[in-house]
Amino acid sequence: MAVNEFLKHLKYILTENPVTLVSGSLFVLLIVLAILGPSIVPYDPYASSAATLQPPSWQHWFGTDQLGRDVFSRVIVATRLDITIAIVAVLLSFVIGSIAGSAAGYYGGWIDRVVGRLTDTIMAFPLFVLAMGIVAAMGNTVENIVYATALINLPFYARVARAEVNVRREAGFVQAARLAGNSDVRLLATQIYPNVLPPMMVQISLNMGWAILNAAGLSFIGLGVRPPTPEWGIMVAEGATYIVSGEWWLALFPGAALMLAVFCFNLLGDGLRDLIDPRQRT
Amino acid sequence: MNDAPKTVPILSVQGLSVDFRTRAGTVHAVKDLSFDLFRGEMIGVVGESGSGKSVTAFNIMGILDPAGRVAKGSIVFEGLDLTTADEGALSEIRGREASMIFQNPRVALNPIRQVGTQIEDVLRRHTNTLTKDLKKKAIEALDAVRIRHPEQRYYAYPYELSGGMCQRVMIALALACNPSLLIADEPTTGLDVTTQKTIMDLVRDLARERNLATILITHDLGLASQYCQRLVVMRSGEAVEAGTTEEIFLNPKHPYTIKLIKATPRIDSRLEDLSDDVVERPAAQPLPVRPEGAPPLLEVRNLVKEYGIGSSTSWFGRLLGRKVEEKKPFRAVDDVSFIVGHGESVGLVGESGCGKSTTSNTVTRLLDPTSGEILFEGQDLAKIPCKGFAGVPERRLIQMVFQDPTESLNPRFTAWRCIADPLMRLDGMRNKAELDARIRELAGMVGLPEHLLTRFPHQLSGGQKARVGIARAISVSPKLLILDEPTSALDVSVQAIVLNLLADLQARLGMSYIFVSHDLNVVRLLCDRVIVMNAGRIIETGTADEILTNPRDPYTRSLIEAVPHLDVLAANDKTFAEEPKCIA
Repeated sequence: MAVNEFLKHLKYILTENPVTLVSGSLFVLLIVLAILGPSIVPYDPYASSAATLQPPSWQHWFGTDQLGRDVFSRVIVATRLDITIAIVAVLLSFVIGSIAGSAAGYYGGWIDRVVGRLTDTIMAFPLFVLAMGIVAAMGNTVENIVYATALINLPFYARVARAEVNVRREAGFVQAARLAGNSDVRLLATQIYPNVLPPMMVQISLNMGWAILNAAGLSFIGLGVRPPTPEWGIMVAEGATYIVSGEWWLALFPGAALMLAVFCFNLLGDGLRDLIDPRQRT
Repeated sequence: MNDAPKTVPILSVQGLSVDFRTRAGTVHAVKDLSFDLFRGEMIGVVGESGSGKSVTAFNIMGILDPAGRVAKGSIVFEGLDLTTADEGALSEIRGREASMIFQNPRVALNPIRQVGTQIEDVLRRHTNTLTKDLKKKAIEALDAVRIRHPEQRYYAYPYELSGGMCQRVMIALALACNPSLLIADEPTTGLDVTTQKTIMDLVRDLARERNLATILITHDLGLASQYCQRLVVMRSGEAVEAGTTEEIFLNPKHPYTIKLIKATPRIDSRLEDLSDDVVERPAAQPLPVRPEGAPPLLEVRNLVKEYGIGSSTSWFGRLLGRKVEEKKPFRAVDDVSFIVGHGESVGLVGESGCGKSTTSNTVTRLLDPTSGEILFEGQDLAKIPCKGFAGVPERRLIQMVFQDPTESLNPRFTAWRCIADPLMRLDGMRNKAELDARIRELAGMVGLPEHLLTRFPHQLSGGQKARVGIARAISVSPKLLILDEPTSALDVSVQAIVLNLLADLQARLGMSYIFVSHDLNVVRLLCDRVIVMNAGRIIETGTADEILTNPRDPYTRSLIEAVPHLDVLAANDKTFAEEPKCIA
């Protein structure tokens, strides 16, 4: 019954707004590719061949690179790594930012001041430069890219959570829950926080786009994932040198994949919010 | 009334129908509405929420929501059909020929601009006033709405003014260009009764001075009966009855009008008079016999609550060695003492800011008092800090019904989950079947149909939400229930039902009530004793009838006089008697 209702609501949201339908289908496609990618690609993404720098053809849809590797297979296989980095990083900043921001908004006082100044400090740096610094200092690994991306996104979640919790702190239903014998922590977790979720969802979807760009950007400048691992950022970086000599497909296709992913997440926001907000159901 | 020839109406609404497109399909917000309005006349459009009265007003002003459209009919204003007029013609009319006063004056004024410049905007747009004369004109406009020291008020920002003053500024704005039609959309909602009276008197006087045609949109029959010559009663988009005020009150024809008039509390009505479908009230449960000299249920002694303790010197100032000035703390509750007996109902009455909510929140232990004792059956609850009060067994003894039923229900919880919350937390009831049985029992007690229990608050009507709130409050069988304006957000017909429900529950469960309200007429229906508060102090205590018929304190008297009564004879031209007065 509840599942049924959810599906009905999902169907309504997808059909009501065509943008949500487009971004939703793109999202499903990305997830399917991330899961099945390595097992459905026509070529081994690491296998080089003699056919180097071939333009797109029926054999190689996106052409081949300077080592004769199939660009199409590499773009598809790279989806898993890029999406994973983005999802884990965003989840981390979402969880930590929600807890810190909710506590700041609910209790106020010194917690609020500490959390507020910490987020201000992070925001004071150019975020990409900060991420570069972190990865450069801590070492060039996938985990460190995740941590760096999570850290620079943290302030957005903390601020949204703080503001949204703060306006609901003295709301009637919160007072009523106090009378019902809820402790502060329980009240925050079960009564206030669920009401903060819709705006947080919009934040998440926007952040996913940034996070993917950020991970790719770090790889692009050589901090982050190392070759020969297939990753959109490195592929664009490697392909960029060949654009001048006319081999445009090396950079264009991973770049287009990156663009589509960012595009998809940015458009997904409103749909996600509507999905999670019970007031949208009638 | 007016002797001017009433041949040509200034505004004529004929067969107006307005449709709205929504997810659920087309909604007919207004159906075939017709009325005429003449100069110098005030017409009341009366109805409960969702009756289409505001949609009608927005339509006349041409500021309807894009989802709505006029399906049929015409609105002819000074010879021009507003439903077909283009935007250019409409914006010429808006503000100059027809203006509007909105529900919430604080929201309707731009918060970051001085009120004088906001009036100048209208003058600049619609008149040929020279720039150097604008300020003078704006001050004249403020003076016209009897604002004292208009030269100084010109520079005030909306946040510096009280709600009543903001509404005066709104009226000044609306009348700055001498329009011939004024629409007042619930102009006194959210204002105190004494302020309501002065604002409505002002509107009436100005309308008479300038021979304005006025439409008063309100849910309050009492208010409409005192100020309007003619009424249109609306329900779900239709005008069910129209006529002069006297006709409608002395001889209402439509059953809905009769029900509405019945549900509006009068000075002498009893709770049973308010609605037809009241069944026999259960006989009051005999209260258990208590030993002589046992403490009363609640005794509040010398309760004080102060705010804003601290210095007004900033930390920067203190760093520079400036003298630390101690600010005098503000006393929201000033030495309040009262007693509530077992099974007794006590009304706590006063206007906004009088300390009644602070008092009730302190008794509910949502706030810590600065000093004083809250003796509950002899035990001082003020000793337990409110921070940890949620965890002590005494929590279940005092519960509360909140002012706004919408705001007091978690929008993400179903009605079932809302009622279950105190049962699970305070009674430790975990067994799903047991919980469900208890919740169904409670739903039955408050008259909430069981199939509504799975709904979210936004899927329930105002009255149903109020029932959920009451069921939640009584779920743990409290001994004292605090009712914080439980009906102020409800329509009168729903108010009548909720008040009756509360009386039934009290008779059945033997709870004591503290009824916090600004409306003496409503309080006396439910309460044996009434406490009147002003500026944090108790100024008068007595039985409800005593206070209503023979108030000793001048403040109480002004409070009683300001409440609009459904007095038919009063509607009869008495409104033209008094001289306008200057009120600060």
